[in-house]
Amino acid sequence: MKLINIIPLLIIVPLAAAFLNSLFGRIIKRLGGALALVSVVISCGFAVYARIALEAVPDKILVYKIGGWVPPFGICMVFDGLSSLMLVVINLAAFFIMIYSLNYMEKYTDKTKFYTLFSLMVCGLNGVALAGDLFNLFVFLEIASIASYALVAFGTEAEELEAALKYAIMGAVASSFILIGIAFLYGFTSTLNMADMAIVLSQKHNIWVVSFVSVLFIAGLGLKAAMIPFHAWLPDAHSSAPAPVSAMLSGVLIKTLGVYSLFRILFNIIGASDNYLGMLMFLGAVSIVVAGVLSLSQMNFKRLLAYSSISQIGYIVLGISLATPLGIFGGLFHLFNHSIFKPLLFLNAGAIDYAGGGTDLDQAKGAGRFMPVTAKTNLIASLSISGIPPFNGFFSKLIIIIACAQKAHFGYALCAVIGSIFTLCALMKMRKFIFTEDAETERKRAFKEVPFGMAFAMVCLAFLCLSAGLILIPELRVFISDAADVLLNGTGYGDIVMRASLK
Amino acid sequence: MTLYLLCMVLFCIGLYGVLRKRNIVKIIIGIAIMSYSVNLFLVLLGYRFHGRAPIDAHDQTITNMVDPIPQAIVMTSIVVGLAMMALLIAISIRIYEKYGTFDITKIKKLKG
Repeated sequence: MKLINIIPLLIIVPLAAAFLNSLFGRIIKRLGGALALVSVVISCGFAVYARIALEAVPDKILVYKIGGWVPPFGICMVFDGLSSLMLVVINLAAFFIMIYSLNYMEKYTDKTKFYTLFSLMVCGLNGVALAGDLFNLFVFLEIASIASYALVAFGTEAEELEAALKYAIMGAVASSFILIGIAFLYGFTSTLNMADMAIVLSQKHNIWVVSFVSVLFIAGLGLKAAMIPFHAWLPDAHSSAPAPVSAMLSGVLIKTLGVYSLFRILFNIIGASDNYLGMLMFLGAVSIVVAGVLSLSQMNFKRLLAYSSISQIGYIVLGISLATPLGIFGGLFHLFNHSIFKPLLFLNAGAIDYAGGGTDLDQAKGAGRFMPVTAKTNLIASLSISGIPPFNGFFSKLIIIIACAQKAHFGYALCAVIGSIFTLCALMKMRKFIFTEDAETERKRAFKEVPFGMAFAMVCLAFLCLSAGLILIPELRVFISDAADVLLNGTGYGDIVMRASLK
Repeated sequence: MTLYLLCMVLFCIGLYGVLRKRNIVKIIIGIAIMSYSVNLFLVLLGYRFHGRAPIDAHDQTITNMVDPIPQAIVMTSIVVGLAMMALLIAISIRIYEKYGTFDITKIKKLKG
């Protein structure tokens, strides 16, 4: 199969799985999980294969023209360094989370709906990463968002519904902002193709419309990314949803819908300007510190992790909005690392919940002593996220701090260091309650290790945590640095896509 | 220009509804108003004065057509809005079953 034909399959395969699941899932009982797992395995394989094969392609970009219509007239899908990084992140995380949820979802009724929505969410996320057309980006963003609202409410308990309503209302307002931003850009440039829009915008000089639109996008996509002034929905949604869903939301969704779309639009279409990059840097630094402090006071396991997610998103936003090669590299590397260790931590929380410990730190006291796999993988993930040297989180945080210092933003570098200490404190508090204290005697008998599928997913993710630091060696570094190059190229993106689409 | 500004006023009315009202149903109506105003804005962007439908046929001359792309976008946007609305209403019905109220100040099990 030609490489270019793989690109639409990344959207078609999960979408087909969702469609078949909703049609036949009710009739054939065991079909749901198998179908969703197969689709995720296929799309994960395609994403990794396409990433490796991209090295041999000139300009490292592939443009798939839907229906053979050449851009700017038709709709196109763009597979470049940044998209490929996001696709690998999405599908790798989705693969392990899917293996985990085969066992975890046993206690829920109507599992078919879960698998349908999960596949639909993966389809939306892949679509966002591949979109070469601004309105397509919006539609895929809405597919992923609406699937995630429904997934948060999946248990239909009082707390889950409340969290889902909050998330859905905020998400709907954010979507309106994004759509009105797209409408302004369309009215101003008379095109929807992202590459063409970049070319048209670089020839025009109207600061008013462009800065108004970038504020709309920062508000709308910042809410999807849960940066600090827009974060209110995240702790509720992430702590109430079932564990695989929180892992997916925290590990992948907020990064793809929020960070990826925001920086793709700001860097590649509108063009980076110091005004709003300075604002984003400030928001990132505030997110790191404030969410770090808030996570310290939490007594709910998943809520603690949710606040720490906001803090880590702050690192990614701070790193990328520095707009230096090292800063963008650090931000994207942290994005990749966070998509490994944060799902692992949420899966650990799910494992303790599965064993009967609940998610309250007091209730789950001592649960970890009877669950060796959970305890070991959790130790690795905790050390990684708080940036202890041999693990992957250390390298990405170090790169971000060095990049801050290089650009003489010493205050932001200090924020990043302080945030790392807060994360370490919060995770140590969690470990003290769950893994070192002794359980009450009558509860001891209940705790036992989780089934094979869940343990396997956690061990694989822990292994990735240990080995992801190896990405820094020069042969593997292209994986991240290709993505950083796309952002550094700025509005040159338009010319590259146009040249590639003529081939 | 007035039309565009009125469209933005409509958007702000929807936003006011979402931000100020306490009843979930009124919040959902606010969201609906917001999405309608965005759709209206998109249609207005494509409108030409005394324009006609963008249909290209043998005996037609291509003069003064309205822009067809916003119309295609609005179609999709309405469908997305419908899915959103259906989900929001479904969630709010389930919330009423659990809490017995639509007042968001009384729906506060989650905090911290």
